[in-house]
Amino acid sequence: MEIVRSQSKITADAVPTLPLYRSAPALEVRLEDFELFAIDRLRVLRGISDALSRGKKPEEMEKLVKDLWKANMRHQNASEVINKDIISHFVLRLVYCRTEELRKWFLSMETMLFRYRFRFESLDAQRALMGEFDLPYKAVSNAELENVKEKLGQVARSISQPLPTADTTFFKVPFEEVPDLVSGRRVFILKGYAYVAMNQVVSLVVTQFRSLLSKALVLTNRKWTSTIREQEKDRLAPIVEALSTSYIGPDYSQPKGCAEISIRDIDQIANSSFPLCMRHLFEKLREDHHLKHGGRMQLGLFLKGVDLKLDDALAFWKAEFSQKVGAERFEKEYAYSIRHNYGKEGKRTDYTPYSCQKIISSTPGVGDHHGCPYRHFSEENLRTALGKMGVSGRTAEEVMDKVRNRHYQLACTLTFEAIHGSSCDAGINHPNQYFSDSQKILQSKKNETS
Amino acid sequence: MAKGENGRDNMQIDGHEPRQANAVYEEFNANYLKAYYGKLFPHAEMFKWMSYGNDGKHPACDHSYFGRREFSFTLDNDIYLRFQSFNNATELENSIKEKCPVKIDIGPVYSVDPAKRHAYAQSGDNVFTPVERELVFDIDMTDYDDVRYCCSGADVCLDCWPLMTAAIKVIDIALRDDFGFNHILWVYSGRRGVHCWVCDGRARRLTNEQRAAIADYFRVYKGNDNSQKKVSLMGPVLHPFLARSYTEVLRAFFEEKILSGQKLFATAERFEKILETIPDESIASELRGKWMESRRSSIAKEDINVIRWEQLKHLLQSGKHKAQGLRRCVEEIVFSYTYPRLDMEVSKHMNHLLKAPFCVHPKTGRVCVPIDPEHCEEFDPTGVPTLSSLLDELNSGGQGAEIDNELDRTSLGKSVRFFRSSFLQPLLKSCKEDMESSYNRKLQQSKNSLNW
Repeated sequence: MEIVRSQSKITADAVPTLPLYRSAPALEVRLEDFELFAIDRLRVLRGISDALSRGKKPEEMEKLVKDLWKANMRHQNASEVINKDIISHFVLRLVYCRTEELRKWFLSMETMLFRYRFRFESLDAQRALMGEFDLPYKAVSNAELENVKEKLGQVARSISQPLPTADTTFFKVPFEEVPDLVSGRRVFILKGYAYVAMNQVVSLVVTQFRSLLSKALVLTNRKWTSTIREQEKDRLAPIVEALSTSYIGPDYSQPKGCAEISIRDIDQIANSSFPLCMRHLFEKLREDHHLKHGGRMQLGLFLKGVDLKLDDALAFWKAEFSQKVGAERFEKEYAYSIRHNYGKEGKRTDYTPYSCQKIISSTPGVGDHHGCPYRHFSEENLRTALGKMGVSGRTAEEVMDKVRNRHYQLACTLTFEAIHGSSCDAGINHPNQYFSDSQKILQSKKNETS
Repeated sequence: MAKGENGRDNMQIDGHEPRQANAVYEEFNANYLKAYYGKLFPHAEMFKWMSYGNDGKHPACDHSYFGRREFSFTLDNDIYLRFQSFNNATELENSIKEKCPVKIDIGPVYSVDPAKRHAYAQSGDNVFTPVERELVFDIDMTDYDDVRYCCSGADVCLDCWPLMTAAIKVIDIALRDDFGFNHILWVYSGRRGVHCWVCDGRARRLTNEQRAAIADYFRVYKGNDNSQKKVSLMGPVLHPFLARSYTEVLRAFFEEKILSGQKLFATAERFEKILETIPDESIASELRGKWMESRRSSIAKEDINVIRWEQLKHLLQSGKHKAQGLRRCVEEIVFSYTYPRLDMEVSKHMNHLLKAPFCVHPKTGRVCVPIDPEHCEEFDPTGVPTLSSLLDELNSGGQGAEIDNELDRTSLGKSVRFFRSSFLQPLLKSCKEDMESSYNRKLQQSKNSLNW
C-alpha cells in the first residue's frame, strides 16, 4: 500500500464485499484519507465496544453494527467503499499493533465486526468465504445424520433455534475449531466432533479470522518497531500516535498523582468516591479480612490507579489479611502478588486497572465479591447496597430500570449523578474515572465553601 | 485415628514402633517422608508417565521432552522451588529423595528446558512458552459448603463425599463420550477433593482458549452470596449433556444419597433455602404451610426429606402451573445441590501447576491415590492409607515375607498397580502407536516431495 500526497489514484482490485484483510493490497492513498478513513472506522469499533459493555444482546448488536457501518463507512464513490474498508483496517493495524493491550482491544472489536458483517452475507457468499479459509470441516452424510438427529434437535431446542429439517446442512468439525460454540453448549459434541449447523458456521469462520488477525498484528508490530516507525517519523508516525490515544481513553496505568491517597483517609474516601463495585469489595475486605483472587485483583488494581503507592498498598492489605491469616502467611502468600501487580515481580508487567467492560464481563463464583454489582447482584441485594449509598425512592427505581435493560454502566452513572448532585455526560466507563470525577467534584465544592 | 489418653506421640522414625491401640501418632512429618520417598513413592512410573513414550529407542522419540517439563517442589520450611526440570528418571528420583519435598507440583512442558528460560524472550520468535500440558480439573469440597450441612471447611465425611462421586461420574462420562478422550486419571487430592488429569495427546495440545471452552461447557453453577439464583437452566429443553447428566447420574444421587444424607428438608432453615428458589410464591407458600404443620406429627415411617421432596415435585410438575420458570425448577434444585463445581482457573491455563499424584497431604498424611472412575462409589476418603500407617505396614512385615517388593507389602501397592495397569500401560501403548503412525506419515510425505 503506497501512501502519496498527490491526487488519489485508486486502482481497485476485484475484492468481495467482505474482505478478509489477508494482505495489504496495492493501492495508493491520499495522506488526508489515511487519517480520515481510520477515524471513521474507529467510530464503528468504538460503538461496538460501548455496546458490548452495555450488555447488548446479539439481535441488537446486529442492527447496531449495520447502522454504525452505514453511518461511517460510506464513500461518495460507490466503488471506493471497499477500498475505504481495507485501507482503514490496515491503518488501524498500525495504530493498534503497538502494545498487548491495544492489540487485544483491536482484535476483539474487529472480530466482533467481522462476525456481524458475515451474518449479513447471503448463504452462498458465506460458503465462498468459508472456502477462502480452508477449514477442516466435512458436511455430515445423511446416514450419519439419522443417528444423531434426535440429539441435534435437542440442542436446537435448548438454544431456542428452529428444529433442523431434512435440508439443514450440518458440518462435523473437531471441537477445538469452535470453542465459543462449545463454551455456550450450542452444539452437540460426540467423540471429539462438534456438529455445527450452517447458521453457526459463523463461529468457525470467526475463529479463523481472529487467529489470522492475531498473528498479523504481532508481525505488524515487529515491522513497525524495526523499520516503519523510523522511516515514517515525520509523516505517518505522528498520525498513528495521535489516533491511538484519542479514542481508547485513559487507562489509568499512570496515575497523575494529584489525588494521592493515604491509608488514613481511605475509609472516608471509599465512602464518598468509590463506585459501588469497589465499595462492596472494600466493605467485604474490612468485614472478612480476606478477599479471593478475583476481588484482590479488581480492588488492588483500582487502588493502584487511584495512586495508592506500593508500600501503602502492602501495609493496607497486610493490616486486613493478617487479622485472618496472620502476618507471616500474608508475607508468604499474598505480598508477592501485590508486588506483581505493581510490576515489581516476575515478568514485570505493569497491570492496568480494570475497565467497566472487563468487570462487567467477569464471572464471580462461590465466595467471590468482584464483578459489577449492577449486573451480578440480585435485585434485592442491589437495592440494599444502593440504599446504603443514599440512593432510594424514585432514583433507585430509575437505576433498577436501567439494570433490567442491562445498561449497567448507565445505572452506575445515574448513581453517580444522584450522589454527587451533578451530571456526568460522558457516562461511567471505568471505576477510576468514577473516582477521579468524584474527587474533582468534591474538591471544587470544598474550594467553593472555603 | 486413635486418640491417646496421655497424648503422647511416638515420633522416632528409627525405632518407628508399630501402632499401639489408644496412642496418638503424628500422621505426617518430614522423617516419615524420607522413608516414603525412599521405599514407596513410584518414581519409575511417574517418569514413564511424564515421558509419554519419548524415553524409548524409536527414531521418533524426542529425548528433550522430559527435560522440558516443569516440576515445582515445596520444601519443609515453606521454600518454594519453581522451574525444576530433570533430564532422566535418575535425576528426578535423586532430587526428590534428596530434597524431600512436602509437595510436588507438575507444570507444563515448555518449548525449552525451564532451566534455560532466561536465555529466551517472552514474545517474538525465540520464546519460552508452554507447548503441552494435560487438561486438568480440580474439584474441591469447600466449593459446596453452601449445600452441605454435615461438615464445612476442610472436613469431609461419608455423607458429603457422594458429591465428589457424582462429580467424577458426570465429568468422566462427558470427557469420554462427548470429547472422545480416553486416557483419564482421577486422583484423590489428599483431603477434601479430587483432581482429574486428561492425558491424550489431543488434550495436551489444547490452547488456553480451548481449555476455557471445555471448562465453560461444564459450567452450570454461577453465583455466590450476592446473587440470588445460582443455577439457571434456560430453554425449553436441556442440552443432551445436561440431560444425560441428570438422568444417568444426578437425579439418582440426589434422591438416594443427598436428600437423606444432608437432611435437606428436615428443618425450616434448610427447606427455606429450597423454597426460595421457586419463582412462584403461591406454590412456595403452599408447601411451607404444609410442612410447618406436619412438624409435630412425625409418625411417618418414611424419611421426612423424601416425603417433602415428593410433595414438592408433585406440585411443580403437576401440570396445573405451566409457568415458564417452573418447568425447570425441579432440575435446577437437583443441579444446584449435586452438579460438579469446578475451579475454572485451574483448567483454563496451561501454566497452572497441579499437585502430583502419590504426594502426601501434609495436613492429613493421606496419600493422593488414584480413584477408579468405574468404581468411584466405593471410594472411601477416610480409608486412604496415610504416611504413618504405610510405614507401620512396612515395619511390621505386612503380608508375608515372600513378597520381595516393599511397595506390595503395603496398601499402597494396590494403588500403584491400578495406576500402572489401568492408566499408564494403555496410555504408553497409545503414545507408541501415535508416534509410529505420525513418523510413518512424515516419512511418506518426504518420499513424495523432493525437498532440498
